[in-house]
Amino acid sequence: MKHLLKAPISKEQVLEFKLNDIIYLSGKVFSIRDQAMKRILDEEKSIHELEGAMIYNCGPLARKNGQKWDLLSAGPTTSSRMNDLAVEFIKKFKVHAIIGKGGMNTKVLDAMKGKCVYLSAVGGSGAISANQLKILDVEWLDLGMPEAFWKLDANNFGPLIVTMDAHGNSLYDKNDLEVDANLQRVLAIK
Amino acid sequence: MLKFPPRALILFLCPPTLCHMRKTIALVAEELLKRAVIGLPDDVEIALANAYSNETKEVAKEQLKIILENIGVARKNQTALCQDTGTISFFVRGKNLTSEIRDGIFDGVLAATKNIPLRPNSVNPLTRKNIGNHPFIHLEFSDNDYLEISVIPKGAGCENMSALFMLRPSDGLEGVRKAILTHVAQKAKNACPPIVLGIGIGGTPEQAMLSAKENHLKKLTSKNPDPILAELEARLLTEINELGVGTMGLGGLRTALSVKILSHPCHTASLPVAVNIECWADRRLTARIFKDGKIEYF
Repeated sequence: MKHLLKAPISKEQVLEFKLNDIIYLSGKVFSIRDQAMKRILDEEKSIHELEGAMIYNCGPLARKNGQKWDLLSAGPTTSSRMNDLAVEFIKKFKVHAIIGKGGMNTKVLDAMKGKCVYLSAVGGSGAISANQLKILDVEWLDLGMPEAFWKLDANNFGPLIVTMDAHGNSLYDKNDLEVDANLQRVLAIK
Repeated sequence: MLKFPPRALILFLCPPTLCHMRKTIALVAEELLKRAVIGLPDDVEIALANAYSNETKEVAKEQLKIILENIGVARKNQTALCQDTGTISFFVRGKNLTSEIRDGIFDGVLAATKNIPLRPNSVNPLTRKNIGNHPFIHLEFSDNDYLEISVIPKGAGCENMSALFMLRPSDGLEGVRKAILTHVAQKAKNACPPIVLGIGIGGTPEQAMLSAKENHLKKLTSKNPDPILAELEARLLTEINELGVGTMGLGGLRTALSVKILSHPCHTASLPVAVNIECWADRRLTARIFKDGKIEYF
């Protein structure tokens, strides 16, 4: 099913999403990855706007043009690097969606139950995403451009595929099982 | 297919012997990076288009469509097709390899970071302080009259999926095959598949790793001159595509676009096997700088 959504999305909406649903998202999205997540958790920062937010695992390529920032390329980054951080993040901020690529592990899938979904953007599609997102603000540039805390405004950002739902189902886990069976079959041929 | 900029454009600058070598190299390095991060080589784009045409799984086909559209948007807007403009490796081949080449490359990367722009990706590994973009230069001596400089800007998603296996000599060809297939089955989903697989067999450990990456300078359509390696490449490609990792790890017919192998002699007690995975955005470009100042990009 195809959904056009406006952030923030409610918990009820999150529970309705099914694997393979396609989402085009508008509204506020926060680009946060390794270092910003770590800083928020290590320094126990309480950031009100992250409550129930949409988190995008991204490291944008942007250029400062006078006072404002132009977004040039902004595809997803590998989310599994943030597996451990995400579990704490979901607990602390009750985030409603994590957007990224490659999926996350079963600990994250468990933590997401009843409150959060994982949405996959197409890896490497930075030029398209940059046309669908605008930079509202940035903090913590001392972490470097990719690792800073970017506040983005999405306009039909997608397609985002529901690959991990809020009920313990993961398309990645399903495919991994098939891949493992295929591997055993291929290796058995000498 | 109309392309901008044309990939085989020939530029005439002042002869490198007459003007400052460092300046020429800096301009070439910047131009190489600009073209490489914006547009993919034709053979890669064709391979992706074929993958799209042949795909039967809906979620894979839909994503391959976005990948192809993204290539077009980047070319039209003249911006980086992927935000991860990578860690930058240069491969320099020539007779007279001087420090001016090194200085020129560093100048060019600095200019490219500002002008294209590239994402500043290099950090101190422990403090994680960002220092811009730090290129790595690999030198090879050649008898050719021209100087050849290639660039591979490679994202971290796929670079993080690199591996070195120090196998036992008795593991043989079967052991090599098993190590590679198992690794790809477990790791390819995070490397933005369909992947391009580079493998280094033999040599010292560091040579095997370098060879694995050097494979990404070859065209996907190139043939391995060694019949044993050519057969292994073909077999691995078929078998990897039977794994069903598919586009972005969500299943599908195409997990890899190509498999390339480079091999070197190794110690009688060793069997190093290195794996270097490229994402679908298999970015590479080479420049040839001739004595008369002519520069070719391909």
